[in-house]
Amino acid sequence: MNRRRNHFTIQSKYLLLILTGLCVLLMTITFTTDLFTGTLADISGYVTVPFQKGISEAGSYLSNRSEELVQIRDLLQKNKELQEQIDKLTIENNNLTQEKYELNNLRSLYLLDQEYSEYQKVGAKVIGKNSGNWFHSFTVDKGKNDGIQVDMNVMSGSGLVGIVTEVGPNWARVTSIIDDSSNVSGMTLASGDNMIVSGNLELMNQNKISFSKLIDSEGKVKEGDKIVTSNISDKYLPGLLIGYITSIESDSNNLTHSGTLTPAVDFEHMDEVLIILDLKQKTENKE
Amino acid sequence: MKNIIFSAIIVIASFILQNTICRYISFGNIVPNLLLITVSSFGFIKGKKAGVLTGFFAGLLVDIFFSAILGFHALLYMYIGYFNGFFKRLFYKDELKLQILLVGCSDFVYGFVYYLLTFLLRGRFHFTYYLLNIIIPETVYTILLTIVFFLTRTLFVKLFVSNERKSRSEIV
Repeated sequence: MNRRRNHFTIQSKYLLLILTGLCVLLMTITFTTDLFTGTLADISGYVTVPFQKGISEAGSYLSNRSEELVQIRDLLQKNKELQEQIDKLTIENNNLTQEKYELNNLRSLYLLDQEYSEYQKVGAKVIGKNSGNWFHSFTVDKGKNDGIQVDMNVMSGSGLVGIVTEVGPNWARVTSIIDDSSNVSGMTLASGDNMIVSGNLELMNQNKISFSKLIDSEGKVKEGDKIVTSNISDKYLPGLLIGYITSIESDSNNLTHSGTLTPAVDFEHMDEVLIILDLKQKTENKE
Repeated sequence: MKNIIFSAIIVIASFILQNTICRYISFGNIVPNLLLITVSSFGFIKGKKAGVLTGFFAGLLVDIFFSAILGFHALLYMYIGYFNGFFKRLFYKDELKLQILLVGCSDFVYGFVYYLLTFLLRGRFHFTYYLLNIIIPETVYTILLTIVFFLTRTLFVKLFVSNERKSRSEIV
């Protein structure tokens, strides 16, 4: 019953050889050009994305419900604490708005307002996450049709999540900054020194990323300092929050420092992200 | 033709489940490799050719959505399907040991080769870390999932298929 009738008779080892050749060809082609990715991404996007959307919606619904049941008591407690915090923050906020007013005045004096102008953002749902344990990228439900382009920055809440590396008609792939192969040029707010922030699979489980090549000649940088994206990156917009320094030590060359930082985003529970529609290259061209 | 459509549906379904449902059942950030179970089972149930083809298309899906270089996962999954195909002769539906062994070995080899090609070549030499924290947990979890599938199938057969066993033999 299990026996199949084969209409075409190719021996399996030749099939293997042919497909191996095809794979190698594909790899070399995609490594050097971007010839195929467009069409293939289009076709497969139409087949799988609707299902992915549905299933991940259902899945997140179920897991949210089950989590809700567990957490109700916890939430009541938290609610009380948060209420207190709100009071505290309202006072703080009032102070800050006052300071912001002052800051705006000063900025216009220094003609710096262009640099911190509001970026256009669009929200997107995470529909599929890294298949496997080796890399950290995910797909979202907005694509070319919604104006998404490769190299757009992705945020969640106030922190940087990653960058769009591939777009289909109705989906886009985001490679996150904690992926082992991603590097971001960062900057400390304390001293304005630049550094390289690179993801690391070993640190990923501890929810950390590593940084290196920080030149901090005055020794100003310490644990807890904010790290934002730097001005010199050609893909990341400046001033996006990456995270906070958790450990820092000087390298053996005594010139640079390296260490780890905690990202501002919770990569485990990320259901919605914001995609910034401004591209770094374009905004520079405008000026 | 019926077979091809059936296989395509299984592959696409397992790909979708792999990156939607699987992250909700992850233990300590480790996700079982459902796609590998599919490819491996196609190999040892239906033979080398089926293994090669399902491996190729399953890997290609992963490549399109999650990988920068097209064809890398396709190549890896394809060879896994092919080598599982050698064990078609030894395969009996009701025996669990061979299935566990094959799926386990496949997943381990997959993890190992993946580490060699994408991590070791970039200078990540801390092999024991990756072995203990990713490769072995993933293999164990994948084997567990295989056992769960096997038990569900046996239960299913016991409950519903007493007289018409023949017509159900497609389900794995």
